[in-house]
Amino acid sequence: MNILGLHAERRTVALAAVLAATGLGLALLGLCHGASWSSPGRVFAALTGAERSVVITEWRLPRVTAGLVFGAALGLAGAIFQNLTRNPMGSPDVIGLDAGAYTGALVALTVLSGTSAQLAAGSVLGGLATAAAIYLLSFDRGFSGLRLVVIGIAVNAMVTAVNSWIVLRAELEVAIAAVGWSAGSLNGIGWPDLRIPFAVIAVLTALIASRAHAMHQAALGDAVAAATGVRLDRLRLLMVLAGVGCTATVTAVAGPIAFIALAAPQIGRRLTGAAGVPLLPAALTGAVLLQGADLLARMLLAPVALPVGVVSTAIGGCYLIWLLAKEVRRT
Amino acid sequence: MTPAGRASRAGSVRPAPQAALLAGGLLLLAVVAVLSTGVGARPVPPAEVVRALVDFQGTDDHVIVRNVRAPRALLAVAVGAALAVAGALIQTLARNPLAEPGILGVTAGAGFAVTVGSALGLAAGQAGQLGFAIAGSVCAALLVAAIGRTSPLRLVLAGVALTAVLSGVALGMRLMLPDVFDVYRFWSVGSLAAREQAPLALPLAAIGACLLGALLLSRSLDALTLGESVAHTLGAGVTRVRTATLVLITVLTGAATAVAGPILFIGLVVPHLVRRAAAGSALWLLLHAMVLGPVLLLLADIGSRVLLPTGEVPVAIVTAFLGGPVLIRSVRRHGEGSL
Repeated sequence: MNILGLHAERRTVALAAVLAATGLGLALLGLCHGASWSSPGRVFAALTGAERSVVITEWRLPRVTAGLVFGAALGLAGAIFQNLTRNPMGSPDVIGLDAGAYTGALVALTVLSGTSAQLAAGSVLGGLATAAAIYLLSFDRGFSGLRLVVIGIAVNAMVTAVNSWIVLRAELEVAIAAVGWSAGSLNGIGWPDLRIPFAVIAVLTALIASRAHAMHQAALGDAVAAATGVRLDRLRLLMVLAGVGCTATVTAVAGPIAFIALAAPQIGRRLTGAAGVPLLPAALTGAVLLQGADLLARMLLAPVALPVGVVSTAIGGCYLIWLLAKEVRRT
Repeated sequence: MTPAGRASRAGSVRPAPQAALLAGGLLLLAVVAVLSTGVGARPVPPAEVVRALVDFQGTDDHVIVRNVRAPRALLAVAVGAALAVAGALIQTLARNPLAEPGILGVTAGAGFAVTVGSALGLAAGQAGQLGFAIAGSVCAALLVAAIGRTSPLRLVLAGVALTAVLSGVALGMRLMLPDVFDVYRFWSVGSLAAREQAPLALPLAAIGACLLGALLLSRSLDALTLGESVAHTLGAGVTRVRTATLVLITVLTGAATAVAGPILFIGLVVPHLVRRAAAGSALWLLLHAMVLGPVLLLLADIGSRVLLPTGEVPVAIVTAFLGGPVLIRSVRRHGEGSL
């Protein structure tokens, strides 16, 4: 099984190791940092159970784990959609899947009572409905990535408009809560919020990994994929469902964290120099991006924690611009 | 359609049907403009609107029309035309169907500069705001153009990235210095409400001059779409035309953003809708865009006044909602070849 992309090179493996180490290092920093600094020694003691520390295992650990796992899930979802559409703009946050999931959550907040189960169900349904709409609208005597992206951008704008309208119509308290959540935030996440999402993401990741090779075949072109025996329509549907599942699960818990799904696969691709959009670097880059962004969000204005989405867009954006500029200098 | 195909069609553009189409567009624009001055918290019948404009009596209705709604409609016309033409120019220049001042970060640059300028107390008055907006859009455009130089997709990626960075930084600043940056709330969503009271002469003059400049450039733009070598042979200075177009795009976007805040989508959708009608001629493309942009924005503005029972929805929200289906339909009907 080949989940590294088309050419599993030594460079990709080395990069994966470096990214994983960076992510873990950032996670350790995240466990140490807080209202009071804990030494790494204490953190390890708390993790191994040698000493009890509610702050570390019940407050910081869930948040740090969520940062890594959600970042990886977003990176994966982005890589899937960018592979399917063969277009870097075909990422869930650009084509409106985040916004659709957020609409579902907003409906749960404003119309229903807004329990976490309702939020999760609303997000997943909203994300799926948006994906279905885009897919149906862009499916026309065949499938085209660029058409899907353009229609996705249009749908995204419409859904975002609907979201603003819902917030404008809502009661003030609900509106303030919704806007605070709209940038995406890991504030106040605990283990109870994470059990089901982690399970869902684990299942989806296994599913994606098992179909990764076929997907990269498909990215070479329809004719090539058909010749190698890949059943395109079924594969696409499955991958779309998996990608939407990842995006909507993260949105249900943390709100629509924009830009990681767009930037992580592209950054990963440029770091490995791979053809296509490899999945593993995308997932690892996503984990590093979100974890790093969350750490900064907590540090910048401590004790006030910024919404992580604000930081992730700013950092991811700067980094992507720098990478693109470097590419220009090379060519 | 290939550039070559477009060129061969460009030679065969028959002015008569084009002119008829343009006249029809202008008529539609007049109707929508009169409608938009009549709709609102206090409806004014169309006949009364026309009377207020030609034979001012000083009744309440007339005062509302003359002092509030007519200037607002004029603003919508100017902003709509500016955004549509900026979009048409940028798509022609970048040869990229997804190119739009909003997507390429030019709008974000203008909005961000105005925010920072007003927060620092430097962008006082119309001239200051306009200056900041244009400076911001110039910086953004140059940065994105420098990065995306050779690849259309890289151009779009760079624009999206820049927009993300600027919006992130702006939100961060707002959270750090709420009282200083609260002004940004006014800017973060494009709206025509309550902006008609500001002195608009300067931005409107800038927009008008640029629209004229765009029409004068259209012949050189036609040459440019044939490819650089052909353009050289035809005697169009490629670099000069590019620079001039870039100046027009940034001033149009900057001025529109300075008066109305960031309004996306008009620049993406309008060129899309009129491209087939223009049959590959840059001049007609720009003329049709100048008429259709205002029509769309006026319709959106009418919508923004009737959608919420309690007040107004910012017009940018309505534009997005109206523009979405239009774009989808266009892509479905003509395939992305029409892009």
